[in-house]
Order: sequence, then structure tokens, then C-alpha cells
Amino acid sequence: MRSLIDIMDLTVEEIDGLVSTAKDIMENPAKYAEACKGKKLATLFFEPSTRTRLSFEAAMYELGGHVLGFSSADSSSASKGESVADTVRMVSCYADIIAMRHPKEGAPRVAMMKSGVPIINAGDGGHNHPTQTLADLLTIHQEKGRFENLTIGMCGDLKFGRTVHSLLCAMSRYPGVKFVLISPAELKVPDYLIQDVLIPAGVEYVETTDLEAVMPELDVLYMTRVQQERFFNEADYLRLRDSYILNPPKLVEAKKDLIILHPLPRVNEIAVAVDDDPRACYFKQALYAKYIRMALILKLLEIEV
Amino acid sequence: MMVNPIQNGVVLDHITAGKAMEIYKVLRLDKLGCTVAVIVNAASKKMGRKDVLKIYDVIDLNFDVLGYLDPGITVSIIENGEVVRRISLDLPEQVEGVLRCKNPRCITSCEQELPHVFKLTDRSRKVYRCIYCETMAKNK
Ligand SMILES: [Zn+2]
Repeated sequence: MRSLIDIMDLTVEEIDGLVSTAKDIMENPAKYAEACKGKKLATLFFEPSTRTRLSFEAAMYELGGHVLGFSSADSSSASKGESVADTVRMVSCYADIIAMRHPKEGAPRVAMMKSGVPIINAGDGGHNHPTQTLADLLTIHQEKGRFENLTIGMCGDLKFGRTVHSLLCAMSRYPGVKFVLISPAELKVPDYLIQDVLIPAGVEYVETTDLEAVMPELDVLYMTRVQQERFFNEADYLRLRDSYILNPPKLVEAKKDLIILHPLPRVNEIAVAVDDDPRACYFKQALYAKYIRMALILKLLEIEV
Repeated sequence: MMVNPIQNGVVLDHITAGKAMEIYKVLRLDKLGCTVAVIVNAASKKMGRKDVLKIYDVIDLNFDVLGYLDPGITVSIIENGEVVRRISLDLPEQVEGVLRCKNPRCITSCEQELPHVFKLTDRSRKVYRCIYCETMAKNK
């Protein structure tokens, strides 16, 4: 029995398999409409995340399955002090697969160790969110047609952004990938990712503070938000914020086939005026997220269609 | 008093000089009823100086804990005055109950009964990470 706790639990071949299943689902939805008939997905959301929960639930419904669960800790037995392990043991009696979100880092791994059914980590604090990364990967593959030989710009808060860290790990396994890491000095990629991931994999990377200067090189631009609470003082934040807000003038020199990604929700880091640009892929990303979650549910339930 | 040869017991040799008392405490050797000899700063051909612990009884040792604390230790088990087993320690792949995760956002911070387990992720740099949140343990 398999679970998905960390994106790196999946091999490159397994990710390829999920991507091709997701594409087949998009092309032939009817073929999959009853693939999970009689199966139940439990969504255990110990902290609310409407977007992620709805995506999982829509995925299961489109596979012909059922959904049960809770959407915040107040409405679960956790509010009575029940441990993650006990909750999961109980739920595995009722459900065939569990998608779990929890504010504490490592909670889904605890669940996996005690569960009788597969666990999908739907986000554990600032730690991992592998299905977001799968959605990012499917978006890249769907829009660019490949994972190899891409120059990927990551912009904004590269220090605390978990989606940035996971995507960086996942993409560093493909040949010819180059990273351009664009952030204020205060929010650079943590050193361990450079030492433990990029250098051992022999991946080319550059660090810069200037988004506009590197724009013409990029095939993919992954935007994240620079949050005010990450700065010591407001002056620094105000000074830097605008450099990391994407707007149409900054895109003038960009490639015509650039794709712009963002894990959403966006606040102000991408101007609304960019939304109509054909290179903006962040809303499509939300749609792809559902298809890759469908592929993942099938894989973990070992259902062949 | 002389340090007599051991009839039945355990010798921890090649302890890094200065570490014997820490190991004595972690293994709770003060709780044993038998004699324990603590030898510090003994001359060693291989190490220059070393510590040695002689335990005058055959006791169960947690080799993972010992290997984590000081992977160069050689353990000899002695029965009837003869060495019956000699074990060279190494950094263990995983340790339980030795390190505590200090990350306040880790699940172990709110679920007290969970065992604190760390796995070795980089042998050359002796990096251990919490199996739940992957926070790096501070090296001793
Ligand atoms: Zn931890």
C-alpha cells in the first residue's frame, strides 16, 4: 500500500505515469466516470483550506466515488483532544483513502504509520504539499510539452515558500533544467536546498534580485507572494515589494511562449491586467490540479482503467 | 584500588577522549549495581588519548545510542575472562529517544506520546533529521 507524503516519494517514472493518466482523463473523462464506484475518500482537514478540499472532493466525484470528512479541527474529534493516530485508525474503518491537511508538520507521516488505507498529504503546515507540486508539474508538462531543457524562474519568497522548495526538488531530476532564483536577499532559497539538492544533482542555477533583467531567458515563471510579515521593518518591505509584483510592463521582454504559474491564492503579486495574457496559466493550474489528484487517487487505490 | 580484569562484563574502548562521562550518564551506568571503571585520557596508539569504560557485568546496551554518541567506540563482551564478541560501532541509520525535535511546528510538539525518531540523511556530515518534520538535529 502506497501513500503520498512528500513529492520525492515518487520516482520520475511514477510522475510520468501520473501525468499521462491525468492527460488521458482530460481527453476521455467518460472512461473514468465510474472508476471509483463504491469507493470513499475521507477529507480530514484539521485546518481549513477550501480550495484544496474542493479540488479533492471534485476529483473523487468525477471518478464516481463518494466523499466524507470534516473541514476544520472544531468539527472533528481533534477538538476533543484525539490524536492523529487514533483519528486515522478510526477513519480507515470507513474510507478507502484519506486526504489529510494538518497545521503541524509531519502529521500526515504519523497518519501513514498508523493507517490501514493510503494517506495523501494535502498540506502539513509550511512543510510539504505534494499534490500542489503535482499540479505544477502537470501544468508545466501540459503547456510546454516536456520537463527537460527548461529555464525555470522562481520569484518572490523563496525562503519560506514550500511549493517553491518541492518544485525545485522535483524539477532538479530532469536533464537540462536551469533555475533562475529571483528574490530579495532576505528571502533567498535556503542554503540546504542548494547544498543538498541542486549541487549534488549538478543543476545549473543563478540567484538574482532583478526579475526584469532575467525575464527574456525564462520558459517558466513561478510567482509567489512576498509577505510583509517576513520583513523586519515596513520600509524594507515597501521598497522591495514592487520589484516582485508582475505586471504587463515587466513582461515586455519575456518569451512569447513563457508560462506564468502561481500556487494561488494570489493577493497582489500578479497584477490583474496579466490575467488576460495568454501566458498566464495560474487559473488553468487549478483545473489541472483536479485531474492530477484524480490520477493520484487511482494510483494509490491501485485501480487500472 | 586496582582496576581488575573483567570476568564477565563489557568494555567500551576507543571512546573519544573526554566523552566517557557523557556516555556514562546517557547509559545510566550509575544505576547499575556492579562496578564500573571510568578511565579517562588513557594513552592510545591509534587515537593519542582515549577514554575507556569497563562494566563489570553483562548488560544490554543500545548500540544505536552508543553509535550516535561516538561511532568510533569498540565494544567487547567478556565472558569467563574471554572476549566472546567484539563489535565496531557505526552511525546508526535511525535513533529513537535520543534526540528531541525542537521545531515548535512539529507534530511531536503537540502529541506528547509520539516517539522522537531521527534518521541519518547525510553520513559524511552526520546529519540526522526528524522523521516527521525533517528538521535537522543539532550535532553533539
Ligand atoms: Zn520534528
